[in-house]
Formats: sequence, structure tokens, C-alpha cells
Amino acid sequence: MNLFRNNADIKLDVLKEVGNIGAGNAATALSTLLNKPVDMAMPQVNFLPFEAISERVGGSEAVVVAIFLRVEGDAPGNMFFIINREPARRILQGLLGFDAAENDDYSELELSALNEIGNILAGSYLTSLADFTGLRMSPTVPSLAVDMAGAILSYGLLQFGTMGDDALLIDTTFLEGPQEAEGHFFFIPDPESFEKLFRALGVPI
Amino acid sequence: MMEGVLIKVGMADLNIADEGAVLKTTGLGSCVGLTLYDPRLRLAGMAHIMLPSSDIAREGQLNIAKYADTAITELLLRMKNKGAITERLIAKMAGGAQMFAFMGGSDTMRIGPRNVEASKLVLKQLAIPLLSEDTGGNYGRTIELSSQTGMLSIRSVQFGVKEI
Repeated sequence: MNLFRNNADIKLDVLKEVGNIGAGNAATALSTLLNKPVDMAMPQVNFLPFEAISERVGGSEAVVVAIFLRVEGDAPGNMFFIINREPARRILQGLLGFDAAENDDYSELELSALNEIGNILAGSYLTSLADFTGLRMSPTVPSLAVDMAGAILSYGLLQFGTMGDDALLIDTTFLEGPQEAEGHFFFIPDPESFEKLFRALGVPI
Repeated sequence: MMEGVLIKVGMADLNIADEGAVLKTTGLGSCVGLTLYDPRLRLAGMAHIMLPSSDIAREGQLNIAKYADTAITELLLRMKNKGAITERLIAKMAGGAQMFAFMGGSDTMRIGPRNVEASKLVLKQLAIPLLSEDTGGNYGRTIELSSQTGMLSIRSVQFGVKEI
């Protein structure tokens, strides 16, 4: 991407900070919601080939629970909160206080709880990002899918699709305890949004 | 002999196979998996189409496998180079789902149906009959096309495996 020709290191660092601040607040919100500590790994910011993005969550065919929403406003983009089915079950169990059904189907209540988690997390991610940048950013109503990661994530790549075969992904991993990945927060700003983010944060273009 | 060899077709990618090899692409959501088959040569082709038209491309070097118009034309060309004849070819397709339902439904959100429509239009222009399809819905699909039989097998999380 041409925008990264100058000051690439600074720019990638700034985007890491974007992930840090956004996901940091989202992790705090999740921790409050579940009433237990939720840790966060250092955000990874990379240009990745489309195929490699689903590798981050177990591969194109891995079945994941995904909450997707569009970010609207000054710096639009796509946002995903992605969890594997087992941690999703644990989160629901913690939240609802009873065992989720054994089979793979989610009840209305569970789906609605997952949607609400997505809503709260995305809301706190974007609120902190908006405060940090002074940009107007608001989430659309979240939409939930339990399906193949590749099928889900391709939706977030369409804006990059017309420009090339890579997308810039801000990926923050949530951890429940030190070892296991609980979930991923993906923020994929539209290609046009980077300049606005950089300007807002005083990064020389 | 390449009997049963699996050839993976990535996202915005295309390939052809013969001698019993199987073409596979995974995790089709709004993307369309379009296949062509020449039964006489037992020659198969598959494209993983991401966007409906190369008119919207803003990339410097066009990835022709990404867009319905350029991908199908290129696939046809590659198969012809292997001896296929347009009149013998049959097409099948799967995918083009709308994974997420949104109020209003902007153009981007309708990308699945648009990919399907665009692919059908190109096939019509090239006079290649569409034998069968499994498109639409709100779920992901993984597909495999056997160059031995021309059978397209479609797997989804909800509905298991079906063949068209």
C-alpha cells in the first residue's frame, strides 16, 4: 500500500497502539462481564494475504463463532470478535450461570448473549478509539454467525479485495489464563481509513 | 498417474485438473466457486471468485482469478489450451451466500448474490450451460470437483455433504 511507503515503522506502531487501546478497553469490559481476569496479548499488525487471515483462527474450514459489525463514521472498517466453540461455551456458561447445550446448536438465549457480548466489546473498543483519535466511529448492530472461518472472514476483506490480495489486520488475542487463546479481536480498517487515522494521530503521511 | 491427487484452489485463485485429480476450495462465503468440466477429456477447472466485475478493480496488477468476468474467461482459456472445446463444457457453481444479515443491506453486503448473478451472466455470454448450482443461503461451503466424474461435492457445517 502506497500509504506505507514513508514512516512505515511508525505507522505500524501507531496501529499497534490502536489495537492496544481498543482491545484493552474491550478486555476490561469482558472481564467485568465475566467477573474474572481477561488478559490480552500484544496486538499484531500485519499485511496478510487473504488466505493467511483465517489461519490465525485455525484455518479456512475451522468452525468459529464470529460477531461481525461494520464501523461507521470518519474511519470506517470491519470488526470481528472471533472465538472457537469451546471457549464460547465457557463464556456463555460463565455469563448465564448454567451449562450450555451439549450439541452444536445455540439456543436463542445463547445467541442473544453472544450478540450482546459482541456489542459491548465492539462498543468499548470503538469508544476508546474515538476518544484517542478524536474521530467519530460507531458500530452497526452486530451480526452473529457460527460457520467456517474462511466464509466469515472473506466478508471483512471485500474492501481490500478491489486493491490487491492482502489486507491490513489489527489482531489482538484475548487470553483466559496464560496458555489458551480465548478469542481474537480483528479490526480491518477500510483502505481509505488509514490516512484519516494517521492524520488524527499526528503521524506524518 | 495423478489419481485422487488434491489440488487446492485458494481465495481469488483458479486451477485446472485432469487424470483423476480433485480440485478443492475451502470456506466459500460470499465468494463463488465456479467449475467447468469437459466430460470427454475428464478435464476439470475451478475458480474461487471473490468479486463480480473487474470494472471495480483499483489494483495495479490485476488478479484475474478474483473477478467473475476475468476468472471465467481465463479458466476457459486454460482448459482450451488443454484441448477442451467450449461446446462440450458444463458449468456448476456453489457459494454466493449472504453470511450476515443487515438492515438496509448495502451493496457490499449483497456481494454474494451479486457474484452469483455476475457469474451466470458471463457463462451465458460464453454460451456455457449451467448444469446445477448450490448458491445463496447464509452459510459457508467447501467444495470439491472430481476430474474423474465431474461430480461437485459440497460440504457445509449445517447440512453436511451433498453432491450436484
